[in-house]
Amino acid sequence: MRRELRLSGFGGQGIMLAAVILGRAAVMYDRCYAVQTQVYGPEARGGASMAAVVFDDSPILYPEVTDPDILVIMSQEGFEKYGTIARQDAVMLLDPGLVHSRPACRYYEIPATDDARSILGKVIVANIVMLGALVASTGVVSRDAIERAVLDQVPRGTEDLNLRALRQGYVRGEEARG
Amino acid sequence: MTKLEFMQGNTASAEGAIAAGCRFFGGYPITPSTEVAEAMARRMPKIGGVFVQMEDEIASIAAVIGASWTGKKAMTATSGPGFSLMMENIGFAVMTETPLVIVNVQRGGPSTGQPTMSAQGDMLQCRFGSHGDMAIIALSPDSVQEMYDLTVKAFNLAERFRCPAFLMADEIIGHMRERIELPDHVEIVDRRPLEPGRLPFEAGADGVPGFPTFGTGHRVHVTGLTHDERGYPAATDPAAHERLVRRLVDKVENARHEIADYRVTNPEAEVVFVCYGSPARAVQQVVSDHPGEGLGILRLRVVWPFPEHALAEFPNARLFIVPEQNLGQVAREVERHVRVPVISVPRLGGELHTPDELVRAVEEARSA
Repeated sequence: MRRELRLSGFGGQGIMLAAVILGRAAVMYDRCYAVQTQVYGPEARGGASMAAVVFDDSPILYPEVTDPDILVIMSQEGFEKYGTIARQDAVMLLDPGLVHSRPACRYYEIPATDDARSILGKVIVANIVMLGALVASTGVVSRDAIERAVLDQVPRGTEDLNLRALRQGYVRGEEARG
Repeated sequence: MTKLEFMQGNTASAEGAIAAGCRFFGGYPITPSTEVAEAMARRMPKIGGVFVQMEDEIASIAAVIGASWTGKKAMTATSGPGFSLMMENIGFAVMTETPLVIVNVQRGGPSTGQPTMSAQGDMLQCRFGSHGDMAIIALSPDSVQEMYDLTVKAFNLAERFRCPAFLMADEIIGHMRERIELPDHVEIVDRRPLEPGRLPFEAGADGVPGFPTFGTGHRVHVTGLTHDERGYPAATDPAAHERLVRRLVDKVENARHEIADYRVTNPEAEVVFVCYGSPARAVQQVVSDHPGEGLGILRLRVVWPFPEHALAEFPNARLFIVPEQNLGQVAREVERHVRVPVISVPRLGGELHTPDELVRAVEEARSA
């Protein structure tokens, strides 16, 4: 079944990296199909950032996300651009420390940035906390696949930190889903 | 055996080049092709190749031509503005019969236009952009897999026909990441060496002379001037000029059945999409979502030389629909070869056609 995911935030949060890790997890470890695209602009740290992933069990023809089933929103600007037009039956993960609006669709509040700062001691892993929450709440890829893909993509010496971030995200995702 | 990977299109093109035997990259980084240069800069030193960042695109293509004459397989990668700068030396490569590959990850033009957005606006420029009559080979990938496969093929065709071969990609395919299966072996074609006793520009029946690699004992004059079979200028000899230019064109155009590479879906169709590059992904979605509605696809993997015989694979076609990220560059070519209506569906601005947009185009064309 085709599932479309859009991630939005600001430059420096690792939105693109999160999308690449998800696509890699799906293709390399869940052995299904994925296409990752992004708004490729002259974004710098702080500017708006958007990436997208299409998942499917069969080869993906149309590669772009048009009407996402799942949204990950990590900035107010990202919410205003993509969150306000979310489909009624979509599900959204948002970081309540960064996004003050709430959508009409189902949503989970994932305090990824706060957890990264206060529990893990590194705000830079907020994107990985969010990935953990995404996987735990939507099952878009398996836990085994996301862990292996994270380990493939993160710098040497940060494996433990990133796995702890992912597991913190699992906890938040399970809590949110109830 | 193949190796599964999740890879970006531009990186896949660089890997395809390496698999095909490319050992020289000369280039000047430009969005949205930069990742090809980045990958080559990382990989070339590790496999005994050379990566040179030149001062501009004029120098880049000149360096690639020089490298090719030393016997190396050589390439560059660029986009619109850089491609325009390369035009004069592309003609030099045609005239001197230099095998080389140019990757153009197309973005919106004219001029600097839309650096980060997708387009297919250079399809006629690659064919006709340099002055004089000529023929070249151009391929167009619609997936990350084809960024790899068709880069390999571009090298093989350049070597076989001793002419520039273009990988005419677009920003969408160049920047997307998806599943790719990397083969552990690819078929490689090498240029035929000049046979002893033959003149350096004396061609056999296929119109392609043997190659006198620099440093292998030949003394060859290589010039952009009209030259005779020895390579010496004959620029005021009308017969020599006509003989040369006709051979340069015929060696490619007469081989267009051999070079042709296309995919046919539903040959019994009445309404046929002709497509290449990223719009082909939207077309395939539409045809997959609307089975039994008489829709067919002719997807061109080689655009130039144009395989007009492929259009005859659809004997029931009442209508050809050509979606492109330009104002109808290949639609115009299709029109030359068929007697039924050809509808161009242009999309400018840098985004992919949506499936809905193509469905509407079919409905409008059918009710017209």
